[in-house]
Amino acid sequence: MNNVLATKRGIIGVGIAIGVLASLLQFWGNPANMGICVACFVRDITGALGLHRAPVVQYLRPEIMGFVLGSFAAAYAFKEFRPRLGSAPIVRFILGVFAMIGALIFLGCPWRAVLRLAGGDFNAVLGLLGLAAGIWIGTRFLKSGYNLGSSHKTYTSVGWIFPIIMLGFLILMFFNPMLPGESKSGIIFYSVEGPGSLHAPLIISLVVGLIIGFLAQRSRFCTMGAIRDLLLFKQTHLFVGLVSLAVAAFVTNLALKQFNPGFANQPVAHTMHIWNFAGMVLAGLAFTLAGGCPGRQLFLSGEGDGDASVFVIGMIVGAAFAHNFGLASSGAGATTAGIIALFIGLISCLLIGFTMRESM
Amino acid sequence: MGNIIDAKGLSCPQPVILTLNAIKKQKSGELVILVDTDTAKENVNRAATAQGWKAADIQPEDNGYRLVLRKEN
Repeated sequence: MNNVLATKRGIIGVGIAIGVLASLLQFWGNPANMGICVACFVRDITGALGLHRAPVVQYLRPEIMGFVLGSFAAAYAFKEFRPRLGSAPIVRFILGVFAMIGALIFLGCPWRAVLRLAGGDFNAVLGLLGLAAGIWIGTRFLKSGYNLGSSHKTYTSVGWIFPIIMLGFLILMFFNPMLPGESKSGIIFYSVEGPGSLHAPLIISLVVGLIIGFLAQRSRFCTMGAIRDLLLFKQTHLFVGLVSLAVAAFVTNLALKQFNPGFANQPVAHTMHIWNFAGMVLAGLAFTLAGGCPGRQLFLSGEGDGDASVFVIGMIVGAAFAHNFGLASSGAGATTAGIIALFIGLISCLLIGFTMRESM
Repeated sequence: MGNIIDAKGLSCPQPVILTLNAIKKQKSGELVILVDTDTAKENVNRAATAQGWKAADIQPEDNGYRLVLRKEN
């Protein structure tokens, strides 16, 4: 194997790099225990575009654009750009919607669950247990023949669509720059308070995003795959990458005095253990059925996978629903509407799992 | 010529599942796995190696790879 980053040492190195960079992003201005949160950041982008109007979570997070464009660059540099699509797009869209709703009930994707733990937020333990439980349910479906079907090769231009959209977001940011104290610049919304107002300088966020996107494309880093492969194949390859991320973020947090252990009063978190757990069961199941964590879906989008892009667009729509309908949790806890949506999501994912099985 | 498993276009972890199922059925000999991404190529190779199989040959083939896996009796 000539891909150094896909070896054991490679994935450990990538995990460490992501952990340190995520912790540093918090130091440079990102919200606490949210150096990188793919779900939260996609949600913030959704808000910046005005697709939801929760004023505290609106910012065009350049990390997300960096993830896709960094992966795009790596895929081209190493001749791995393969435009493809056609594997159950509507199903992937729905999975993206519910993955986002589940993540926003917990208040974080798997990336942030690990970063929350590394920052001393013990509520994340419930989220991670829920994530593992959801992934375990997903592996039962995989074992019994669940399969979204094959994608097929498509035109190069199709693979460029999602990276171009990300470039478009950066251009929007350039022409509608943040104005201090203003909640809107041109057509783009900017939070003036709350987590959406906390961010590292644009250029730093973008560069870190590009680096992680590049490394993650090469190493195939995936937080869901880490747990799935462990449960399904007893394979630890991706898992050591995830553990490396956690340890590196923890050590960096200690060094930067960003480690505050406890359950109560953790930043952008709540202490309703059942819903922290259940929200991530839904997210974990949806990621498993879709074949990748939210970060991985961005990296796949960068290397030409149109179906992964549909999942991401589902996450954007899910984020809009989550805030327009009050499904997302807050520091005060989960909402009744959110809990109803959680059960609708679980039933939907189970139906997808049960009805999309090929006889083996 | 061994059995041919076409895993082209399948998401993670389907290529690995198909490979491991085939390995379970066929204890030794030769297996041919077709994949369309580098990720699937690496994953199949890694999983087969863990089962004591060897990638005897990996060749690029129409928009993907053809892996020949082998295990002696």
